[in-house]
Amino acid sequence: MAEETLEKTGSAVAKKPSEPLLSKRRRKIVADPLNEENPITVQVLGICSALAVTVKLEPTLIMGVSVIFVVALSNLVISLIRNYVPNRVRIIVQLSVVATLVTLVAEILKAYNYPMYKVLGAFVGLIITNCIVMGRLEAFAMGNKPYESVLDGLGNGMGYAWILLTVALFRELLGSGSVFNYPVFANLGIAYTNNSVMVDSIGAFMVLGIIIWVQRTRTGYVETH
Amino acid sequence: MDLINIGIKSIFIENMIFAYFLGMCSFLAVSKKVSTAIGLGSAVVFVNGITVPVNWIIQEKLLTTGALAKLGLGSAFENVNLEFLQFIMFICTIAAIVQLVEMVIEKVSPALYSNLGIFLPLIAVNCAILGSSLFMVQRTYNLAQATVFGVGSGVGWLLAITALAAIREKLKYSNVPAPLKGLGITMFITGLMAFAFKSFIGIAL
Repeated sequence: MAEETLEKTGSAVAKKPSEPLLSKRRRKIVADPLNEENPITVQVLGICSALAVTVKLEPTLIMGVSVIFVVALSNLVISLIRNYVPNRVRIIVQLSVVATLVTLVAEILKAYNYPMYKVLGAFVGLIITNCIVMGRLEAFAMGNKPYESVLDGLGNGMGYAWILLTVALFRELLGSGSVFNYPVFANLGIAYTNNSVMVDSIGAFMVLGIIIWVQRTRTGYVETH
Repeated sequence: MDLINIGIKSIFIENMIFAYFLGMCSFLAVSKKVSTAIGLGSAVVFVNGITVPVNWIIQEKLLTTGALAKLGLGSAFENVNLEFLQFIMFICTIAAIVQLVEMVIEKVSPALYSNLGIFLPLIAVNCAILGSSLFMVQRTYNLAQATVFGVGSGVGWLLAITALAAIREKLKYSNVPAPLKGLGITMFITGLMAFAFKSFIGIAL
């Protein structure tokens, strides 16, 4: 039943009754930001508040989920009201929608996982100014229908989250010798001295640089100055 | 002495970019020419120097527990804590001040406006600005400390973006591997610069 209604809204939105809920075009909206149009490595958005939380995997996961939530829902809201917002005040409207959603995330986190809220600290609030959120609102949600906007938000949020998780994996493994707080090297019996550069911000820059290098070598994307 | 230490700390040791990655988007996007980098950097110093103290006043006089009662609204407001409104209040203050600053500069100094003008709207969504305000709350500064911290972290940001822009201008003449061009090599440079800035740790008066 629920699927049927979704199907209806989906096709009503596309104004083409024949277009399925997850047509090829829509799958592309979700899949592109994961690799070829990745918000971090290709579009260079949202590096701001992100890297500071990648010392350990656990806070990174929470951060990733929060960003996916905020991007998808703010895309939906802005897409719904896009025809009623005067162009001149759109930035402040977008900011207030995003700030409301981020407040929601912060309050939920405070209520159910207070230690993690303490770890993330100001960086939850900084999702507001995360360029991915604003970038997608400007570039996609202002000109597209709600359902597509949600898909776009999900795609970009996930594209962002997987890069962050990769960075965090290397930083936690090499910097603290553990994965999700599970001491890998100690349990394997390998003597490993933690590399404190990885815990530092330097490690994040280097790991991200290498990820960008690898990914662009594979996709063949070259930036022209 | 305490204020000088906060200044040094916010400019060099806890640099917004190298320690907290704040304002990275514009840091990467606008660091191709030194002149534009300095323009955006000074705008950040300016806006940050105003928004952090203003947000401090909002936080202390409106949002914390009992602040409304002190404003004369009566003892019924003694236990009211509006801190959940912090994000919205801060971001709206920043957006409003950016708008205000833009209008004032346009009237007072058209020359400066034509230099800074395009960057000012960008600043409203610069993480470094909102980040400074949030850190200021986290570290429980007083008003003077907050002002120094605001200006200091802005100056640190200006320093970082100018240095990166200078390096990237020279980078045009070097043979960088194709996939590393642009963002990739910039990340490595930033990492090395962060390394250099680490040497400031421990400096205090």
